[in-house]
Amino acid sequence: MHIVVCIKQVPDTKNVRIDPDTCTLVRQGVESIVNPHDWYAVEAALLVRDQYGGKVTVLTMGPPQAEEALRETLALGVDEAVLLSDRAFAGADTWATSLTLARAITKLGPVDLVICGKQAIDGDTAQVGPGLAAHLDQPYTTYARRLELVDGCQLRAERVTDAGYELIQMPLPAVVTVVREIGDPRMPGLKHKMRARKQEIPVLGAADLGLKPEEVGLQGSYTQVVRVFSPPPRCDRKMLNGSVEEQVEQLLNLLKEAKIPGL
Amino acid sequence: MKAIIDGEKCVACGECLEVCPVDAIELEDDLAQVDDTCTLCGLCVEVCDYEAIGLPELRREDTEDLESYKGIWVVAEHHNGEVHSVSFELLGAGRNLADKLEVELAAVLIGDQLEQAASQLVGHGADRVYLVEDPALMPFNDESHANVLTELIQSKKPEILLAGATATGRSFIPRVAVAVETGLTADCTGLDIGEDGLLYQTRPAFGGNVMATIICPNRRPQMATVRPMVMRRPGFDGQRQGVVERFTPRPEAIDSRVQVLKTVAEHQETARLAEADVVVTGGRGLQVPENFKMIEDLALLLDGAVGATRSVVDEGWMPHSHQVGQTGKTVSPKLYLACGVSGAIQHVVGMQGSEIIVAVNKDPHAPIFDVINYGVVADLFEFVPAFIKKIKEDRGAPKLHSRRMSGNPKFEV
Repeated sequence: MHIVVCIKQVPDTKNVRIDPDTCTLVRQGVESIVNPHDWYAVEAALLVRDQYGGKVTVLTMGPPQAEEALRETLALGVDEAVLLSDRAFAGADTWATSLTLARAITKLGPVDLVICGKQAIDGDTAQVGPGLAAHLDQPYTTYARRLELVDGCQLRAERVTDAGYELIQMPLPAVVTVVREIGDPRMPGLKHKMRARKQEIPVLGAADLGLKPEEVGLQGSYTQVVRVFSPPPRCDRKMLNGSVEEQVEQLLNLLKEAKIPGL
Repeated sequence: MKAIIDGEKCVACGECLEVCPVDAIELEDDLAQVDDTCTLCGLCVEVCDYEAIGLPELRREDTEDLESYKGIWVVAEHHNGEVHSVSFELLGAGRNLADKLEVELAAVLIGDQLEQAASQLVGHGADRVYLVEDPALMPFNDESHANVLTELIQSKKPEILLAGATATGRSFIPRVAVAVETGLTADCTGLDIGEDGLLYQTRPAFGGNVMATIICPNRRPQMATVRPMVMRRPGFDGQRQGVVERFTPRPEAIDSRVQVLKTVAEHQETARLAEADVVVTGGRGLQVPENFKMIEDLALLLDGAVGATRSVVDEGWMPHSHQVGQTGKTVSPKLYLACGVSGAIQHVVGMQGSEIIVAVNKDPHAPIFDVINYGVVADLFEFVPAFIKKIKEDRGAPKLHSRRMSGNPKFEV
């Protein structure tokens, strides 16, 4: 059983925010973190490996320093890590990202199961997991909270929906995205931490994956960002004052003016 | 690929260094220099007062016959034939786009026994409904629905396709976009047609701290998922006429490797959170789980949903289905009322799209007050009951009347 987990190193969203007084963008310090949702994907893979045996490889596409994110996952007991890094990868949209990851997975193959977090916190698109499945032409499901193998060749997943859950079954190889109910990420172990520091992490570029520069990064993308701007600021902040009764009265009037249904 | 600095305009003020989330910019020789860690996020472009920074552009290609793609499509989401409200909202947004481009607005319905749903879509503005019916297409299945939609797109060639950014839409639309080899923008909150006739898709990024406008210049259809509760839902006109066109996909398109063994209804709240006009959220300021009753009472009174912060979910006071924030749900109701919520950024990113945010907190320095419209510095144990009482008083007579109408014997005269 070979499981590949795709992770992303993201800027901590805490570092990018609007100053409420000046209504401009501010950033405090540079801190890159492993996308929080991806920890659940790593945990899901380790749970499957613990139960059924096999090997877990963590894969990421990013700048050279994304290696750090991979080492953090090795410290949890992940077996291998691979970094996809190339100047040509910059500016990739979800199409180009999922194509690049899919090529890497094919190269690592045979892979039985690909696990991703439900989305990344910088883009929040949730498109790479399903996109990967399409590029690999594999069945997939999203928002899984429990994974189980049936007869060694079928994956059964409980998929969280808006109203409850669905029980899904599909043949391997397959792709799933998981949610936090899958289980809290384990703590790094001392032995794994030591190994994580030293383990060699192969770095692959576009050419290694058989991709031309125009198939990856911005030039391989179908969408393009044309403008980035601050959201209309909530700079009409108003603090109410007076006694509790007075504030209650003011708030009710303000909300009625705003035509909030039910008031 | 990286951001492009115009040496003529750059004054080396250093503003862009401050904002770069990956620390890719440095000042060298009195000029900002961008290194290869640049992810083309565009934050520096926005912050530069001298318009000295640009992003590289996609090459415009003419390889495809883009002109042969016509019309706006809305993929209608439904549960056993009951159309999801976001689909009506999309018909409202789609109508604006269709009128600007002077093209037809069509809805796509995939499932079984959907005649009733089709007439609902026509009544809300669809000129045409592409109807695909087969018992095997119920219940919803990512793979078969993606296959069918892919075939329909390849056959009828729309220029723009919109779907709801619901759990369902965000799950199966990305597969369709890859299958038809086009771009897809997730979770849009604004759509417009530019002077060049392209769809300009605006969406929040970096947890809603910035907005990005995105285009798909070289591929068709231009595809977007759109956040529920953002677009205005059009009125229903029972007299409206539209064409219902049936489409029969190849039988193999309906086959799916993915089997839905069963569907279990667990809780109503998650759905309610995403769709409610009012969300009342409780945080650690409630002190003990029993006090959530007060939050539930207020939510009930306003026909709203109950939200919770991560810390109270972690404490086990509320199930995770109620959690709003980075690892929970993103909500954008008309009114978000946060009670005893400190306002950690991980919470704020899940609710800052709300139209009006009100916070009640006894700490005047709580960060939640940075993102509010109306702030109340008060003891929530005094404020919330007083607010509930006031709303009830305010409703006064009509409330009594409606209770009598509903047959509550207490108010019989």
